[in-house]
Amino acid sequence: MPINTVIKLDAIEKTYHTGEVDVHAVRGISLEIRAGEFVAIMGSSGSGKSTLMNMIGALDRPTGGHYWLDGIDVSTLDRDTLADVRNEKIGFVFQGFNLLSRTSALENVEMPMLYNRHRIPSHEQRARAVNALELVGLGTRADHHPNQLSGGQQQRVAIARALVNKPALLLADEPTGNLDSQTSIEIMGVFQKLNDQGITIVMVTHELDVARFTKRMVILRDGKILTDEAVQNRSVAEKELQALRAEQQAVKLAS
Amino acid sequence: MRIIASLKIAARALRRNKMRSLLTMLGVIIGVGAVIGAVSLTSGATKQVEDQVSNLGENVITVFSGNFTTGGMRGGWGSAPTLTLEDTAAIRLLPNVVAISPEVRDRAQVLANGLNWNTQILGESPDYPQIRNWDIASGSMFSDQDVKTLAKSAVIGRTVADQLFPNENCVGQTIRIRNLPFQIVGVLASKGFNLFGQDQDDVVIVPYSSHMHRITTRTFVNSIQVQAANDKVISVVQQEITDLLLARHRSKEQDFTVRSQLELMQTVTATSRAMGFLLAGVAAVSLVVGGIGIMNIMLVSVTERTREIGIRMAVGARAADILVQFLIEAVTLSAIGGAIGIAGGVGFSQLVAYFKDMPTVTPVFWIIVAVVSSAVIGIVSGFYPAWKASQLDPIEALRYE
Ligand SMILES: Nc1ncnc2c1ncn2[C@@H]1O[C@H](COP(=O)(O)OP(=O)(O)O)[C@@H](O)[C@H]1O
Ligand SMILES: [Mg+2]
Repeated sequence: MPINTVIKLDAIEKTYHTGEVDVHAVRGISLEIRAGEFVAIMGSSGSGKSTLMNMIGALDRPTGGHYWLDGIDVSTLDRDTLADVRNEKIGFVFQGFNLLSRTSALENVEMPMLYNRHRIPSHEQRARAVNALELVGLGTRADHHPNQLSGGQQQRVAIARALVNKPALLLADEPTGNLDSQTSIEIMGVFQKLNDQGITIVMVTHELDVARFTKRMVILRDGKILTDEAVQNRSVAEKELQALRAEQQAVKLAS
Repeated sequence: MRIIASLKIAARALRRNKMRSLLTMLGVIIGVGAVIGAVSLTSGATKQVEDQVSNLGENVITVFSGNFTTGGMRGGWGSAPTLTLEDTAAIRLLPNVVAISPEVRDRAQVLANGLNWNTQILGESPDYPQIRNWDIASGSMFSDQDVKTLAKSAVIGRTVADQLFPNENCVGQTIRIRNLPFQIVGVLASKGFNLFGQDQDDVVIVPYSSHMHRITTRTFVNSIQVQAANDKVISVVQQEITDLLLARHRSKEQDFTVRSQLELMQTVTATSRAMGFLLAGVAAVSLVVGGIGIMNIMLVSVTERTREIGIRMAVGARAADILVQFLIEAVTLSAIGGAIGIAGGVGFSQLVAYFKDMPTVTPVFWIIVAVVSSAVIGIVSGFYPAWKASQLDPIEALRYE
């Protein structure tokens, strides 16, 4: 395995045994993702995107196949070790933000460091959380609670939280699913900036517009990979935003 | 995860639902408060009785004429003419008897200084203050010589001194008992009220010989106060006195009664122990009820915070981290409840003590019991909900609405 391979999936399967019929959510996916990649996983609803992401994110174990994350065979680890892997190697961003309510942005971002196996002094926790918030452009909102922030800002806090433990991998399951188009582009801008700094990102989306900000598109159907190819005519968030503003300006002038 | 961090999370969770936290703690608060309050008041009462018992003197055995357990002695304890000075002398020779005083009692009008006062006149030996553990405040006790010469010497109690010689030093002054002049040689320190509410300071003490020949004309004594060498020999001495007197009196029926302070003390201790068991029972029941309340709320809290648990697990919390977090929350609830209960119980007993003029003592033992049992209640009642939380599946928890 090349040294810079972050994710290696080998014939991964996931079968849910619920009720009478078995649901084969993922049926034999093999995939390799290298450091610095920015991958979109696409597919229609029910095609197995979230199931695959949960396994990549070490939240769930495959029922078949092998999964190496950063060289470790994750498919055989126990619950506690999986928790440690999530803590050290993976940052998660969810569609519903999943921030702790009535808890400041700063404390939300500090939270993953509470569970580090190696004790981090509280002043360092604070410094790292502030850093992460600045990285996503929220340095001045550290004291705000989620209900005082817009959807886009909440998602930025979630991204900062995902980054604070310096993970090898940033995973996002429909990160723009709850956001309007302009905010979606802004969030993609954050991802592009992070990716430019070398962070590996895997993102689930069912919107082609959003997927076009990534570098590589993997399309699933019925739990299998349909296509896997590089993104042509990649969108750049800054330009898209400029275009959007120009459009809005034009609408205003016209009316 | 570190304990400090868990404590912070617990404190925040409890603050978020102040009213609910308070209501949850109420069971423990009331349980602990009631027990601490009741224990404080009963311990105070017990302590008071114990003080009064030891106030009777140290290692004291009292021989009464007459028998408590048989009929025929209608004059009341100590009134039957059965105990003599010879009996006293014989008991004095027993081993382990360190002091002895034959006691004769009478009431009389006492005159001095143009004032008069009706009080109890006791005839005693010079050993009496030692037996009763009673200090002489000024002057001294009369002597053995005074006993031999039927001296007209008297030692008076604080109350008598106050009544007959207000604002005056009375040592050296003269009082008249049944028209006989007695010289005051000493004044006793104040001893207060006894177990039966009698003023122990309302007394005049004279040599028993003077009492028996000058004030009254008696040949028998009412009782004999005996002091044993130490508390271990009390029952032995008691038995020896009984044997000795039975032999001396050669009567078919026992015509005297031997009682020790130890027996009195044992009765008091037995009563307070029974009270202790009762309270422990009440405490156990109320703490179980409090624990059920905590468990109930913790279960609700775990369900409500399923998503939070999912988030924490997603960022790397182990099952043990979640378990500890909820356990600490439960223990914090019960510990705060216990602390409020202790403070409330102590405060309540102090209030009662203040307004009802009752003594109150909060034994450290019971405070420890309260602290330990509230901690245990927290752990026991919090464990199941915390364990349930820790076993949640992160994906399902994250999906929970
Ligand atoms: N916990 C589960 N139990 C049973 N079936 C499930 C579970 N999670 C997902 N599935 C099924 O697996 C399939 C893939 O679901 P999912 O990965 O959520 O799809 P997507 O995210 O692409 O919409 C669906 O048919 C879904 O019903
Ligand atoms: Mg999905």
